Amino acid sequence: MNDLLEIRWHGRGGQGVKTAALLLADVLFYSGKYVQGFPEYGPERMGAPVTAYNRISNDKIRVHSNIYEPGYVAVVDHSLIRSANVTKGLKKDGAILINTKLDPEEAKSLLKDFEGKVFTIDAETISIDILGKYFPNMPMLAGIIKMTKMMDENVFLENIETSLSRKFASKPQLVEGNMQVIKRSLEEVKGI
Amino acid sequence: MGIKDRLSGNEATAMAMKSMNMDVMAAFPITPSTEIPEQFSQYVANGLTDTVFVPVESEHSAMSACIGSQAAGARSCTATSSNGLALMHEMLHIASAMRLPITMACITRAITGPINIHNDHSDAMSSRDCGWIQIHAEDVQEAYDNYIMSVRIAEHKKVLLPVMICQDGFITSHAVENVELLEEEDIRSFVGFYEPDYYLLNPELKVAMGPYDPPTYLMEHKRQQAEAMIDSLDVIKEIYDEFGKLTGRYYDLIETYKIEDAERIIILLGSSAGTAKIVVDELRSKGEKVGIIKIRSYRPFPGKLIREALKSPKVVAVLDKAEGLSSIGGPVYSDVCAALNGNAGFKIVNYIYGIGGRDVRTDDIHEVFADLQDDIDGKESKAKTAANYRYLALRE
Repeated sequence: MNDLLEIRWHGRGGQGVKTAALLLADVLFYSGKYVQGFPEYGPERMGAPVTAYNRISNDKIRVHSNIYEPGYVAVVDHSLIRSANVTKGLKKDGAILINTKLDPEEAKSLLKDFEGKVFTIDAETISIDILGKYFPNMPMLAGIIKMTKMMDENVFLENIETSLSRKFASKPQLVEGNMQVIKRSLEEVKGI
Repeated sequence: MGIKDRLSGNEATAMAMKSMNMDVMAAFPITPSTEIPEQFSQYVANGLTDTVFVPVESEHSAMSACIGSQAAGARSCTATSSNGLALMHEMLHIASAMRLPITMACITRAITGPINIHNDHSDAMSSRDCGWIQIHAEDVQEAYDNYIMSVRIAEHKKVLLPVMICQDGFITSHAVENVELLEEEDIRSFVGFYEPDYYLLNPELKVAMGPYDPPTYLMEHKRQQAEAMIDSLDVIKEIYDEFGKLTGRYYDLIETYKIEDAERIIILLGSSAGTAKIVVDELRSKGEKVGIIKIRSYRPFPGKLIREALKSPKVVAVLDKAEGLSSIGGPVYSDVCAALNGNAGFKIVNYIYGIGGRDVRTDDIHEVFADLQDDIDGKESKAKTAANYRYLALRE
């Protein structure tokens, strides 16, 4: 299973971290991949640190543990850079995506002992500009696609629209705004 | 024929119940099984099934309602976890003694004391002597397939026992994975129409169910239950084969993985079997003779199959995700030792692991295989605690 791709998400309760991980599994499933998407549950309350995981492979995935040496990390809440060891186990040739207003160089200086690539996205500005509310998970999902290049962006846009339409079957008006957020996010990811 | 989808274990279970169009579901929510009645009640509300959904006020009532409705002649189901299963305990014995083929999704979780919502097998293992068939799943696909097959197993005339279909809480229940679903019409023709020989709403053949059983009869009735459990060993295989012809997915009461010439073998059940297979592959690529036996049917216990599968290992480790608190090791260890009847000819050790959601990593399984090599080499074991009764990933 050399093609196994492992992603770890760090966020806070209420930010839609689990939803983002499950939607990532969804869009890759539509592309014919084997996927896993699962949260690591702690006390369920708003604001508590939350971790979620994705595995993606061309073969059946049999391992059922958390991920300790991810290829990629997504930090949905930048305050976690100080309180959680977000680069722990992250592979040297891996990459990290951080939701922050900082540039990648500035963000990198906050990470201890990490030599890999750093990507940033200002999810707050994008989300509030378009939706009028702060939901960081959709910009981060788009950022993950940009960072990992694991699927063609046009295919991603088609697949995520299908997923969102299914998820918001009873609230279809939410699909369009989220699609705008995702499209703009793909343009605004910065990386070094 | 199969429909490719990606679902969590809970979603796949609710989907299986919907596809079978169960007559009655009675449930009370408890983490991590809550999503099953939650999703199923939406199917009912949206008219996708004509199931009677009974939102009861406790798990004791959920099982009582299932007993009542199944006795009346309705195919009934429920779902629960942890303390919910513990609260049903009294009624579990009554369901099996009345020979009612109820099915229940058991989403395994630690039983409280102290409080913990995460996965281990202390709930299922505390129910092992209740006369219920108990099947464990490694992943979402097995959780889905097991549920559909279990309805047939439960209702088979040689069995007529309730079945508990177990999957690991959160690890399987809340993980979205690829799964191949069956067409609804195929499932409905596989499970068929429920036609019990005896049921309370039959005006042509009046029967009493669950009356007082004096000393002159109870022992014989228990023996009949025991015989049904013994007979279910063959019936399970028969139903599995029929399901295999339909789906191409063939199962057995145990699954062996690379044990043919294995010197070191791990026996375990549930989601960690998948993790252990990865480790076996890694060690096999280095020429190490290791393998695993995954127990799918814990009740009935497939002792004969395990005995035959253990051809000539040098050492075997049995992993228990429940302490058992017996002073001599966990419940699966006791069963494996009983199955070998003291004539193993090789060393058998026990590991308590994964208690209260302690994550089970590939590194942990590597540690077990390394310990077993030390056992073969006659080195002093680095394993935690006593010689044959050990702990995995215990902090000291």
